[in-house]
Amino acid sequence: MTDRTIAVEYLARVEGEGALRVRIHDRTVEEVQLRIFEPPRFFEAFLRGRAYAEAPDITARICGICPVAYQMSACHAMERALALPIDPAVRALRRLLYCGEWIESHTLHIYLLHAPDFLGYPDAVRLANDRPELVRQGLALKKVGNGLMQLLGGREIHPINVRVGGFYRCPSRAELDAFRPELERALGLAEATARFAAGLDFPDVEEDYEFVALRSETEYPMNEGEVVSSRGVRLPPERFEEEFEEVQAPYSHALQSVRKGAGAYLVGPLARFALNRDRLTPRAAALAHELGLDGPVRNPYRSIVVRALEVVLACEEGLAIVDAYAPPAAPFVEPGPPGEGAVGAGITEAPRGMLYHRYRLHADGTIAEAKIVAPTSQNQKRIEDDLRHLVARSIDLDEGPLATACEQAIRNHDPCISCATHFLTLSLERD
Amino acid sequence: MPPARPRLAVVKFASCDGCQLTLLDCEDELLPLAQAIDIANFHEASSAEIEGPYDLTLVEGSITTPDDARRIREIRAQSKTLVTIGACATAGGIQALRNFGSIDEFRRLVYARPEYIETLATSTAIRDHVPVDFELRGCPINKAQLIEVILAFLADRAPNVPTESVCVECKRRGNVCVVVARGTPCLGPVTQTGCGAICPSFDRGCYGCFGPMDTPNAPSLIDRLARLGMPPSAVQRVFRTFNAAAPAFRAAADSVASPEPPP
Repeated sequence: MTDRTIAVEYLARVEGEGALRVRIHDRTVEEVQLRIFEPPRFFEAFLRGRAYAEAPDITARICGICPVAYQMSACHAMERALALPIDPAVRALRRLLYCGEWIESHTLHIYLLHAPDFLGYPDAVRLANDRPELVRQGLALKKVGNGLMQLLGGREIHPINVRVGGFYRCPSRAELDAFRPELERALGLAEATARFAAGLDFPDVEEDYEFVALRSETEYPMNEGEVVSSRGVRLPPERFEEEFEEVQAPYSHALQSVRKGAGAYLVGPLARFALNRDRLTPRAAALAHELGLDGPVRNPYRSIVVRALEVVLACEEGLAIVDAYAPPAAPFVEPGPPGEGAVGAGITEAPRGMLYHRYRLHADGTIAEAKIVAPTSQNQKRIEDDLRHLVARSIDLDEGPLATACEQAIRNHDPCISCATHFLTLSLERD
Repeated sequence: MPPARPRLAVVKFASCDGCQLTLLDCEDELLPLAQAIDIANFHEASSAEIEGPYDLTLVEGSITTPDDARRIREIRAQSKTLVTIGACATAGGIQALRNFGSIDEFRRLVYARPEYIETLATSTAIRDHVPVDFELRGCPINKAQLIEVILAFLADRAPNVPTESVCVECKRRGNVCVVVARGTPCLGPVTQTGCGAICPSFDRGCYGCFGPMDTPNAPSLIDRLARLGMPPSAVQRVFRTFNAAAPAFRAAADSVASPEPPP
């Protein structure tokens, strides 16, 4: 009888501070803990008493990697609480801003965080010593995503132009037209990225995921849609908490979300792709077929290919929005005061998965209660399941290689630990 | 490549990761920079970790746990030059709002089992714990200013980072003043420049994310904000956001009597 512990004390190439601990007893995986030791920042507590209009800028500070997701979920939740109608041109601009964040965040993960695992490098800088053209391609693509966020949001991290009801200032037709060549170039780079990613060597693994994502009638989901799952869940965002709940583990600062009575589920690119393949844009759909992605992808390592397809989609969508753009009559709608106790919920698709916000308001416009469920809180339990399966099939590996394999399996899901705290060090015990 | 490039470490405490992401957002400068400086320890970007000491350490985030209060002293001991990056590291960040509430209540509000959560009652700046060589402002920091700080370090000179107000930058950009022309409340007169005066360029008042300028006249601005129709509670909130624990903003917020009890 042997007991072993495998520990990774500080996960690298993920956003935020996390650790991993795996306990093995007599060749059986006893326990897997994805530990989030990122210190808690108590956003839901100090949002109480703040004005509803402050929620988009304050919640953006939960995550520097996906601030647009926070701003969008906050706006949609508040606009439901305030029963505020939104101009279709503003909706289109919000989707364009989200395209910028998907391009930037996905490309960061593909080239700087994930690709080094497949190519055997500790980071993209060292990868660039041997393959400078590859890394430069990634940085050029990422830069277009950031450029789009600067154009619409004023800056790429914590954009300043988003408000409940719309934008502070909407761009002119000429400003968007001037950016069109950048998006065209990005589309070419994104297609090259997807072909590069599809050519990587992937372990032969399939996981039995319950996929959960938004689904809309007309488009690949970003800002709108119903919550659907691969096992039959279908409900509007405001009923999210009827089906999903957060539980607290003693070893983690992050709350873990589960589907009531069903357990762990997966959000993010694999889930969106599985549930919305029929909503891909034309070139993304053609490329998915060319690369053999004709059904749901259950191999988490292949998420890098799906992420790249979503970058292709974001570039195509961006071009379509630019081409169809006519500035709205007004950049924003000014809300009236909320009714006492007004409640609004919003879910949007952050690059790494669904992000849920719910607020209850006082009649003076201050926030009475806030609830935020981040993508990585939702994926945390499912990542632990991936790890349990990985360790079980790799039980004879030495500690070092096993810890490295675990870290790679975690990076498959692009976890954002900063978000989830409200993520992770591997510590593995073999008894 | 010279044999001994200076060693860079990038470390984080309580934060959103946005300021260290700014380094990875330097798409045109990142690879040339990595030729000039050895990125020896940067968890968000690399799984290779070279042990200290480090010539330059960039610190993101604020101190909120007993363990982090210990860790920053170790990092200081390992660092020849230590530069804090962003509002969390220089002023405690948005999470310093806990300094104005009850931490036990905050814990109970967010976590069903508060006893699992180890945290301090305050969120404090790095300088409250160890000597800091330079503080770079912003929520988030500005990319050009970050590069300037690293280049200045490499050239062994002081960084050229102005401490004047956002107003000066606004005039340089040729913006129409949002306060004068539209009556929009704006913290530009008391906020340090560095962002490029982006909010007024987007028809919005500055919300102070770079923290107080050198010698701000907050009482005068508070008077103006009141005349623009901002109720005292809103004036207090606007100073108590991303740089709430910066001394000048803290004093400004404290000078406004809170007219209503918290809900």
